[in-house]
Amino acid sequence: MQNHVLDYLDNIVRIKPDKIAFADDKEALTFKAVYDQSRSIGTFLHKKGICRKPVVVFMNKHPKEITAFFGVIKGGDFYVPIDEEMPRSRIELILQNVKPELIICDEKTKEQAESLEFAGEVVLYDDICDTEIDEAALKEIYDKTIDTDPIYIVFTSGSTGVPKGVVACHRSVIDYIEQLCEVLEFNEDTVFGNQTPLYFDACLKELYPTLKFGATTYLIPKELFMFPVKLVEFLNEHQINTVCWVVSALVMISAFGTFRTIVPKYLRTVAFGSEVFPIKQFKRWKEALPEAKFTNLYGPTEGTGMCCYYKVEREFEDKEAIPIGRPFKNTEIILLNEKNERATGEEPGEICIRGTSLTLGYYNNFTKTNEVFVQNPLNTAYPELIYRTGDLGRYNEYGELVFVSRKDYQIKHMGHRIELGEIEVNVNMLPDIKMAGCIYDEIKGRIVLYYVGEMEEKSLAELLKEKLPRYMIPNRIIRLEQMPLTANGKIDRVTLKKNYQTGKEK
Amino acid sequence: MEELLEILRDLHPEVDFETCDSLIDDKILDSFDIVSIIAEIEDQFDVVITAEKIIPRNFNSAEALYALIQELEDED
Repeated sequence: MQNHVLDYLDNIVRIKPDKIAFADDKEALTFKAVYDQSRSIGTFLHKKGICRKPVVVFMNKHPKEITAFFGVIKGGDFYVPIDEEMPRSRIELILQNVKPELIICDEKTKEQAESLEFAGEVVLYDDICDTEIDEAALKEIYDKTIDTDPIYIVFTSGSTGVPKGVVACHRSVIDYIEQLCEVLEFNEDTVFGNQTPLYFDACLKELYPTLKFGATTYLIPKELFMFPVKLVEFLNEHQINTVCWVVSALVMISAFGTFRTIVPKYLRTVAFGSEVFPIKQFKRWKEALPEAKFTNLYGPTEGTGMCCYYKVEREFEDKEAIPIGRPFKNTEIILLNEKNERATGEEPGEICIRGTSLTLGYYNNFTKTNEVFVQNPLNTAYPELIYRTGDLGRYNEYGELVFVSRKDYQIKHMGHRIELGEIEVNVNMLPDIKMAGCIYDEIKGRIVLYYVGEMEEKSLAELLKEKLPRYMIPNRIIRLEQMPLTANGKIDRVTLKKNYQTGKEK
Repeated sequence: MEELLEILRDLHPEVDFETCDSLIDDKILDSFDIVSIIAEIEDQFDVVITAEKIIPRNFNSAEALYALIQELEDED
């Protein structure tokens, strides 16, 4: 039985050492190179005496970044990916939470890494990736690993302004990868075109199946997602046949009539998620690729990657939403109503996840962990955790699970999960700001920030760039004389939203 | 031109669109911005921007973008 996630790598390197595992538009690494370099990094960590510790990987999106992840696991540690585009204050919040002893960086991030406030050491990937491999030490680390040991921490938006680090272990990732591969029918001929950033769990879909089957993953340059024709040219040039993208990336292609100019001719598996796919756009994809299989995926980071899938096989009306469908094998979805009982019929309930796929919780944060990783209320006989997603769902007439809404102010914007509260907290921390309230315009997909204060919109926009990642920056910033408040004195988001929709912005 | 500048300033009040000619090269605009700008332009100028016109050159400056709009208006 497989208990270590890198058994995939150790196995495939014997079968396909010289095949390309991970590549971008400039550089490619074979399975042999990934295997050797990751073992060198593992050995380096061992020599440093770093074991069962978080190791930060602060690199540009590159095949070497992926190899660094695996190197960290080889060393018996868990990787914490940080993106070069993350603003400094957010990186420092993450470092305060994780307290790493080591950051692995590259030439481009070195200067920034060295200037960060933290007590540990900064090393260059290129300086450690050919460390002489200590086979015996790596074997000992491997033998001592158990499958509930963590392999990564990824950070997700937190409503109090502090990001939360979700910790996942070997077991939950292996479970996810096995179920996902079965549903999406990946194999050794799969050529992935990766879109999602490497600092989220979304990229698990490409990283580990590539190792499992000896497939190949191309990291698509981010700029191409602005230019649809160039993007499809890239897909065709590399004969990419499988994409697992956020909906907005797929819509970017279909919305501008790209298919009249060029079609991704090798594509046969299209998985998407994180947002609602407008049926009109979905139909354009279906029409352009009649042979391809389309699958909607759903799942929070806390449930390791995705936990539900829906193969789109029937026709949909323009106003309909594509269902979440059903859980992967070995995962149960429980819908709990307000009485903490199982919802019946078409009654909506909070989507709760039960199974091995649950992650370990939030790193260094038992309070937040205990709020959402809770005892299954349907089981009073022995300890059993479920994860409460905060998403409301219900079963439709076909018995398919459908998403209804959020219980709180969490949104999905361009595939990113964002707490509007986190944006507000960051705005409120700025000088001369009296009050801030955020709403989300689902139709145009815009984050709209309203605020009261002395500061000009322009200066506010500039300051926020230093505080928040790009995808969390409001798309409209509107200054108000007065903030509408509810009877309890809280910011009245309902009125803000109503004013916005009726064009009465001020 | 003023109409276009207004669309752009709404998205990025901190950028000087009258002088900046590296909106793409310097990663000032991202894919969300491109999609929003196209939607707003199509709305306000009653033109259709198709995929083959969505190339870096046409989006690097407000001026280039305005030239594209005029070209599309002339085609009608």
